[in-house]
Parts: sequence; C-alpha cells; structure tokens
Amino acid sequence: MTDAASALPVGSVDRRASGWYGVLCLIATESALFVYLLFSYYYSAVQLPPTWTPEPHPSFAYSLPATIAMLLSSAAVWWSTRSLHGRALGAHRLGLAFAIILGLIFFAFEGLEWASKPYMLSSNLYSSLFFTITGFDLAHLAIGIVGLCAVLIWSLLGYLDYRRESPTVIMAAYWHFVTAVWIAIFFTLYITPYFR
Amino acid sequence: MTFQVERVPHAGTATPSFRQRLEHIWETEPGVAGFFSTVDHKKIGIRYIITAFIFLAAGGIEALILRLQLARPNQNLLAPEQYDQLFSTHGMTMIFLYALPVLSGFSNYLWPLILGARDMAFPRVNALSYWLYVASGIFMYVGFFMGAGPNDGWFNYVPYANRTYNPGLSMDFYSLGMVFLGISTTVGAANFVVTFLRLRAPGMSINRLPVMTWGTLTASAANLLVVPSVSLAFFMLWLDRNFGTHFFDVSKGGQPLLWQHLFWIFGHPWVYALVLPAMGMVSEGLPVFCRRPLVGYSAVVLATLATMTLGFGVWVHHMFATGLPNLAMSFFSGISLIITIPSAVTVFCWTATIWTGRPVITTAFLFFASTIILFVIGGVSGFMTGSVPADWQLNDTYFVVAHIHYVLLGINVFPVCGALYYWFPKMTGRLLDERLGQWNFWTMFVGFNLAFLPMHLTGLLGMPRRIYTYPAGVGWDTLNMITTIGAFILAVGVLLLFINVVTSLIGGALAGANPWDAPTLEWSVPSPPPPYNFAVLPKVASRYPLWESRLQASRGASSVTEGALLDHERETFGVTPLDGEPDIILKMPFDSYAPFVLTVGTTAIFVGLLLHRHLWPLAIVGAVIAAASLLAWLWPERRLGQTVEAAP
Amino acid sequence: MNAINRDTRRASRALAPLAFGILSLFALPARAAPPLTYMIGDGPKAYPVVSLTWGLLIISLIVITIMTVLVCLGAVHRRSPRGDLSIEAVPLLHGGAGLRWVGFGVVITGIVLFGSLIWTMAVLARVSNPPAGKSPLTIEITGQQWWWKARYLSADPSKVLTTADEFHIPVGQPVRVKLIGADVIHNFWVPALTGKMQAIPGKINETWLEASKPGRYRGQCTEYCGWQHAHMAFFVVADPPDVFQAWLTKQLEPAAPASAQDQHGQQLFQQHCGLCHTVRGTLAGGTVAPDLTHVMSRETLAAGTLPNTPGNLVGWVANPQSIKPGNNMPDLFLSGPDLTDITTYLRTLK
Repeated sequence: MTDAASALPVGSVDRRASGWYGVLCLIATESALFVYLLFSYYYSAVQLPPTWTPEPHPSFAYSLPATIAMLLSSAAVWWSTRSLHGRALGAHRLGLAFAIILGLIFFAFEGLEWASKPYMLSSNLYSSLFFTITGFDLAHLAIGIVGLCAVLIWSLLGYLDYRRESPTVIMAAYWHFVTAVWIAIFFTLYITPYFR
Repeated sequence: MTFQVERVPHAGTATPSFRQRLEHIWETEPGVAGFFSTVDHKKIGIRYIITAFIFLAAGGIEALILRLQLARPNQNLLAPEQYDQLFSTHGMTMIFLYALPVLSGFSNYLWPLILGARDMAFPRVNALSYWLYVASGIFMYVGFFMGAGPNDGWFNYVPYANRTYNPGLSMDFYSLGMVFLGISTTVGAANFVVTFLRLRAPGMSINRLPVMTWGTLTASAANLLVVPSVSLAFFMLWLDRNFGTHFFDVSKGGQPLLWQHLFWIFGHPWVYALVLPAMGMVSEGLPVFCRRPLVGYSAVVLATLATMTLGFGVWVHHMFATGLPNLAMSFFSGISLIITIPSAVTVFCWTATIWTGRPVITTAFLFFASTIILFVIGGVSGFMTGSVPADWQLNDTYFVVAHIHYVLLGINVFPVCGALYYWFPKMTGRLLDERLGQWNFWTMFVGFNLAFLPMHLTGLLGMPRRIYTYPAGVGWDTLNMITTIGAFILAVGVLLLFINVVTSLIGGALAGANPWDAPTLEWSVPSPPPPYNFAVLPKVASRYPLWESRLQASRGASSVTEGALLDHERETFGVTPLDGEPDIILKMPFDSYAPFVLTVGTTAIFVGLLLHRHLWPLAIVGAVIAAASLLAWLWPERRLGQTVEAAP
Repeated sequence: MNAINRDTRRASRALAPLAFGILSLFALPARAAPPLTYMIGDGPKAYPVVSLTWGLLIISLIVITIMTVLVCLGAVHRRSPRGDLSIEAVPLLHGGAGLRWVGFGVVITGIVLFGSLIWTMAVLARVSNPPAGKSPLTIEITGQQWWWKARYLSADPSKVLTTADEFHIPVGQPVRVKLIGADVIHNFWVPALTGKMQAIPGKINETWLEASKPGRYRGQCTEYCGWQHAHMAFFVVADPPDVFQAWLTKQLEPAAPASAQDQHGQQLFQQHCGLCHTVRGTLAGGTVAPDLTHVMSRETLAAGTLPNTPGNLVGWVANPQSIKPGNNMPDLFLSGPDLTDITTYLRTLK
C-alpha cells in the first residue's frame, strides 16, 4: 500500500457499511415480491369481468387515513435521520418514537378496514388477493416496527449516535420502502377500480 | 465529514508471529461448538459442496430406479404414484438441492480467496444460508420418506396440485419446503452481490475481477428478483390448499395460468442461474490448462450479463401451448432465439482459447472442454424449442428431457467435476489422482452421452414425458434400454469420482500453493488456506496477478507478499465497486450460534405451518425463537467498533 | 403464399421417406412408422411444421458437428507435448487472433438465427388458422382424468354427437377443436396432424387440424395429469367424406334394442354402470365416463390402453384398477355369470 497514507473509517460507517448494501438487496427482493403480488392482482383483473371485485368503488374511510399515517411516519423517520446527521440526538429519538406511533396508527386503521369488509379470505378470488396483499404489507410493517423499536432502544442505551448511524440509516431505508409499497398497494386496490 | 473512528492501515509483510496472531483471531473453535457457530466461508463452502453431492447421489439413485422402470415397455416395478413421487423428487433434488447449492458452495469457498478478501460480506448470513438449505432439504426429504414427496413434477402445475386432486401432505411439504429453501437462496444471493461489490483486494477494479465471479453475480442478482415469484406462487398454493383461498381455484375465478406465469418467471432465469456460475468456472479453469489468458474476457462478461438480462424475457417459451396470442408468442420466440447469441460468444471464446493456447490435457481440462461440446448440444436443442411451431411438437416429449439433461449435466455437473479436479488441491492440500480421474471422466462422458443422446430420438419418435410406463411396439423400446444402460454407466463414473475423492484425501500427492501455475489470488496462499486467507491483503494491478511478470500485462505491479496488515480483531477492506479502491476497513463478525438458532426457529415455524391443524403453536414458538436470535444477531457489539475503536 | 405452400409441401413429401428411413433405423422393432413421431406429418398444418422441425434439426446437427470437431481438433492438435511432468514447463501464451474468429463465428450464428426466426414466423403465420375458404367442422374435446370426450357440434341439437377416445374426421376438411379441461390440465396432441394445445380448466383453447389422406392417427395427452397420464391416448381417424358421413349418421343413432338373451346383461349394465356411462336408448345415462352407445365401433378400450378384443373387454370390466391403477372406474366385483352377461351385452353395442 503505497498510497495508504490516507486514513480509512473503521466499522459500519454511513453508506459504506455492508449493511447498507444488504438492505438495498433486501429492498430489491422484497420489491420483486410485491411486484409479483400486484401482478397476480392485475392478471386476474384482466382475465375476469369487471364484476370480479365485490365493491366496485372501494371506500376510502379507513384506507385514506391509514395512507396519511404511513406517509407521516415515513416523514418522521426522515426527520429522525436528518437530526442524527445534525447530531441532535433528542430529535432523532423523538422522530423514531413518532414513526413507531404512526406505524401503529396505520396498523389500527388497517385492522378497522379488515373488520369492515363483508367478505373473508376464503370468500372469492378478490378477497383472497385483498387479504393476502394487505396481509403481506402488514407483516412487513410489523417487522419494520420491531426494527424501529430496536433502533430506538439501542439509541437510548447509547449504542448508537451520530458516529455510528448506519443502523438508523438502514432501518430508515427499509421503512421508506414499506411506505412506497403501501402507496403502490393503495393505488392498485383503491384507485384503479375507479378507472373501470 | 470526519470520522471519529478511523485509522491508517499499516503496510508491511507478514511475520510468523503476525500470522499466529491472525490465526488466533480468525480460527474457529474446535469441536461441536465450532461446528455450529463457525462463519468461516471455507468451512461453509465445503459443507455446501458435500451436502450438495449427497443430494446428487440421492437424486441419482432415484433416477436409476426410474430408468429401471422405463428400461422395457409395460414394466410394473413401480406403481404410478411411486413413479410420480420419484420423478418429482428427482427433479426437486437435482434442480433445487444439488445444482444451485453446489455452485454456491464453490463460490462460497472461492470468492474471498479469488477476490483477495478475508471472508464474505456477511459471514453469518453465509452460515444462515447453509443451515437453512440443509434444514429445508431435510424438511422436503422427510415428506418423501413419509410417502408424501412431491408428485406433480418440479413445475407443480395447478389444478393437479390443488387439494381436490391431490389430497395428503405431498404438496404441503413441497410448497412450504420451497418457500423455506427460497429464504436460503435469497440471503445467499444478497451475500454474493454485496461481496462482489465491496469485498475485494485493493486495486481489483471492475475490469480485473476474476471472470468466474461474474457468473455467480448475475445468477445471484437474478435470484434476488425471481425467487420471490416462485415463493409467492407456492405460498398461494399452500393458502389455497389449507385456508380456502381461490388463487388457482377455477370455480371461484382462480387462474391456473397464473401459476404457470409465476412459476416460469422464476423457472427460466433459475436455469440460467444454474449454469452461468458453472460457465464462469469453465472460463476460469479452461484457460489455466490452455496456458493462456481467456480469449475475450470482456466479451464473455458482457455475454454473461446479456444472457441473464434476456433470460428474464423468455419464460413464455414454456407456455407456447397454453393458447396465448400469436404476438406474445412471436416476441418470446424471438428472444428465445436471440439469447443463443451471448451463449455462442462464450462458446467461441472458449474454443478460441483452446486454439490459441497449448492445452495440457488433465482431467480438469477434459471436463471443461467437454462442457463446450455438451453445451452446444444442449444449446441447439434449446434453440429448436425456442421456435414456436417446432416447440408445439418437441415440448413435453423426451426431446426436452434430453435437452434439460444436456443443459444441467453438461453445463453444471461436468464443469463442477472439472472445478473439483481444479480446486480440490486448494481445498485439501492434495491432488486428485489423475489416472483414476481419466477413467472417471471417460466413464461419465460415455455413460452420459449413451444415456441422453439417443433420448433426443426417443423424443422425436414421440415419447411423452412423465409417463410411468409405455406400450411395446411404438418404437421406443430399444432406445429406452440404451438410455438405461447409459445411465448406469454414468452412475459408475460418478462413483469413481467419489472413490477418487476419498482415496486422494487419504493418500493423494501433496499439492503446494499453486500446483497448476494458475494466475489468480487463491493460488498465492497455502493449500489449504489459513483461516484468515491472506496475512497481508494483496494489492492487485491486473486481471492475472500471478502471471503478470510473464505476460507483461499490467501497468502497476500486483503484490501478494506486501500490503495492508489489518489485525484489530477480524478486519478486511471494503472497496469502491467500480475502481476497487479501499474506502473503509470493515469489522467482520465473530463466530455465532445465532444463524443456527435462527434456522431452528425457522424450521419450527415451517413444521408448525405444515401441521397447522394440530401443531400451530409450534409456529409461534418458532417465530419467537427466530425473532430472539435475530435480535441477538444484530445487537450492537462494542467489540465491533460502534462509537470508539476497541483496543487491538 | 400458395407457391411457398406448394414448395414446402413438396419438400416435406420428399423428406418424408428419408425421415422414415432414418427414424426406422432407430426403431427397428416397430415395423410401421412409430405412431407418435412428429418427423413425418400429414395435412396442411403438419407439412410446414415438419419441414421447420427438420430444418432446425439439420442446422443443429451441423452446428454440433462443427463445434465438436473444432474442440477435439483444437485440443489434440495444439496439445502440449507429452512428457512434460509439470505444467509450469509449458510456456504461457498470450495475444493471438482468437477474438477475430469469435466475431466471425458470432456473425454466422446471427445470420442463421435470423433466418430461423423468419422461418419460424412464417410457419407460425401459416398454421395459426385453418385455410380460408373451407368451412370447418367443429369438435369440442374435453380432457379429463384419464380419457377424452368429444362433442361434434352442430346447429341442430339432434345432430350433436357425444363420443370418446376415437374421433373420426373427414379428409380434406379442416377441423376446429375447442379444448376444455374438466379437472386438471391436459394437453391435446396428434403429432402427425397438429402440435400441442393445453386443455385448461376455466379457459377454452382452440386449435385445428386437417388430414389430407385417410388414416388412423394416434394422439396422446402430454401434460402430466396424474397417475394414469401414461394411459391417456386417443385416435383421430380420417375417413373419406362419404365414409365419415356414414359413420356420423350411424353414431347418432341410439343403441339397438337388446335381444331377449341380452336383456339381463342390459339390466346389469344399467344397474352397475349406468350412473357413469351412457348408452343412448337405455336407462344408462351417466355423463362422467365415456359414452358407450357404439363402443364396439372403437378399436381400443380405456383411452388407447387395450385393443378392443372380447378378452380384453372382459378383463377390463372385471379388473379396471389393476389394468389402469387409480382410474375412476371402480372394481365392481361381479360374479362370473354377471360379468359374462354384461360383456356380452356390451359387445352388441356396435
């Protein structure tokens, strides 16, 4: 190493951490999973007459507030990451806490949405797709909330701070991905039926 | 931005005491504890290879039983259900439990060594990927031994896989097992992609990467994108069978063709994932025995990437007989023919390498060179099936069985055997016996071609696939007998390989660091390599660091004896993906039980789901174990340098 | 188009004897052409496909030969002299004109592929639809575990014929085939007349075929469909138009009334078999199994599994599960005299 005079960071640092590349791979493969889920939905929609959806115009009563909660949650995570870079640990933790609470609110609205449906998983093809797609989303959300909690706890325990922010950055990337997935699902399940 | 934790890496050469220190840092604990906790890519790689060969033997025995049944018309050796489970299990074993894992094994073992790093990017993920593979393999084989092996082929078309037509646990074992195995494949693939991008020797820019890594990279990237498709399909099938959903149930609007789409969106790229890494091995090994660099490195790399990219767009050629619109079929037919071109590029580059080199005819060379011929045969039969009207005839006959075996044996088993002869000395320190090797090769080559070349004709004479018996006097008797004889000769050949491995392990000639005078980094370290791989991290200035002085091909000079000494706990360089310049010193994790425990938890989840009517709490217990082990795994460790660097 | 048509037809006729010659070499025990080969075809749909298949096969064989010779010759001709004990003793080479030859090979490959692609598209366009100008006969064929049901469609409901496993068609007239999957996916294939088309539940697929000379063409299910996938054959019998018409008229008739000594057999049949099988003109009206009104007009039993001989008929009725394990016809455990009466009755269903 002739040019080794320059110092190199050690450990998991910003986007040079292996974990950052790892989460990108995770997002790639999980995106593919949701692409195939939505493909299954659109494929069935194209093959079947428009009457295949039990509700021609799905209600926004719960889904819209849920969407807003999800977007706000993502914003909270963004704020939290930004605060971490600005070395504002308090805001960082507060942002995480907000994100977790908003995530739980999303969960609650989705629970109400599920309870409000007159059909069950096994009623017909549409209901099978509906509950499976939203179920996959909720499962990812649940994992995300556990992850956010872990990051918050680690931060409170002093394991993480601005010098070691990759766990937060990685978790944030995953959370934004979950939000993006929900937007795609929302568009598919709630908006596209109005086009028919 | 300044970093609180940073360091100028020391440069120098390795002293014996330095090596000892590294040995102490990197070695796996001996005994049972080490067995379950090791994250050493070399140990995991060898385990992968051994496990895959065990599955190869199992799949081979299944094939021999099938061939006995088909040796003569109207045989009653097997009942239809036995035959169906055997051929499905044979497919499942060879395609999922042998073909990819064996390549992952070689890549796991070789990548850090050939890239000049001390381990894979995620050593624990590596261990996890192996344990999950073994657990899912056992899971599916438990079904088989309980008489509930898959019985609908590896492709598992619905509605035959639905509960109505297929009661019992067969399909539940298979569908859950495939989701299970999919996790292993996915995490393994992510590990390869990140390792490829980040964990290399300083100076190993993207155009200096050893050619074999490109094959595994493209296969892994493809797996990340397509494995979810098949996992989802199998999961939906499992829901259909157990929870009354209607994804594939025609009576409630379900779509049987959706299964075929989801399966082949995965299935065809998967076939490329099974051959591209093996083609990479040929591109790596063949030139060594031709005593020259590979002709057309860039062409072969681009061809690899092109094959995979086009490979995403050919799945419909498995569905030409499903009543799709002509326009769609023409499109997919066109791509299926065009994909021949990158394969042709690779084949011509290999052939040109032989013609412009001085081949040294070793067993490894024979395996690699024969791959070219077998690939051409498997390739042209693929080209024929890419043509829609011809495919309407060829499809689902033994012609396609011959095709897939030329592809999967020709471009997977043969290169893997070559790779074994080539890299066995690196792994064990001993050479495989050459005399026995020649017998091994010729027996396999003759047996294989005797079995599968006439099978093309069996197909052209109209014998359909997947029939458990056939009538006499329709022209297939003699050909089937020849195939059965060939299959047994092939089996003897594989047996000779196993014998060679065992006897050479005990009494083979000692290899030394570089018995083949090969050019890449793995040959610069002792055989077998120490647990830390490289005492000093090598610096790379060309594609062939160990041939550099003789080829006068590099601008700078590679160095394998002098370089960075990273010895604060387990460390290696992270480099920029394009230029290969170090931009971080990565802290590598220690041995851990977390991957094994996580696998135990995951297994409990799947067993619980399989028997959910009786044992669903097991799935909950499994989920708790899995979550706990995952948290333990990810729990920040002060030793790994979180906010301040630990003392060396 | 017509010129091409004639050319390919001539070409495939010229190829046919050659094909037969080559194929029969490898199928010595079979005296006639192997019934399921697709390298010999008949009719306007099969001719262009057979030529294409042969064309691609010949290209493939040429490619294999060239590459095998190149690899073997290269390895032998350029090999390092024997006697070199260590590989290091062989000097390293580099450079050379290898890449130019690669480019040359790729260009040739590209040209051949492009030609094959054009040929493929031309054939695809040719065989997608039956030739215009002839009014086709339409048959609806249902694949089910493990036999084939056919309904000859007609505007007049009394002219709709239901039969099983042996389908007669008129020579020279295109036949549209509508395919239905009753349970799982099956695949309709008559290699000498037409390529495969899946019969998929929930979806009606269409294909067509036309025979240009009389003959008996074997067909086979080629999509794996369970235990008896191996025994799911059928026959397409091409008759001259007048013979076909006579056959159709005869098949549309109900079964002749049973004679006095067959009364008991008929009764037993109605009682044991009538829930699944139909014999028109009797009380047997089941629709889940093959229509047996004119079963004796068929040459095989159980979807091509057995030749329709008196002995096989008795064996089949007595023991369907040992002949075709897992099929939907149960063993009936008939007494000897009952078995004789039923099969004697069946043999009157001409």
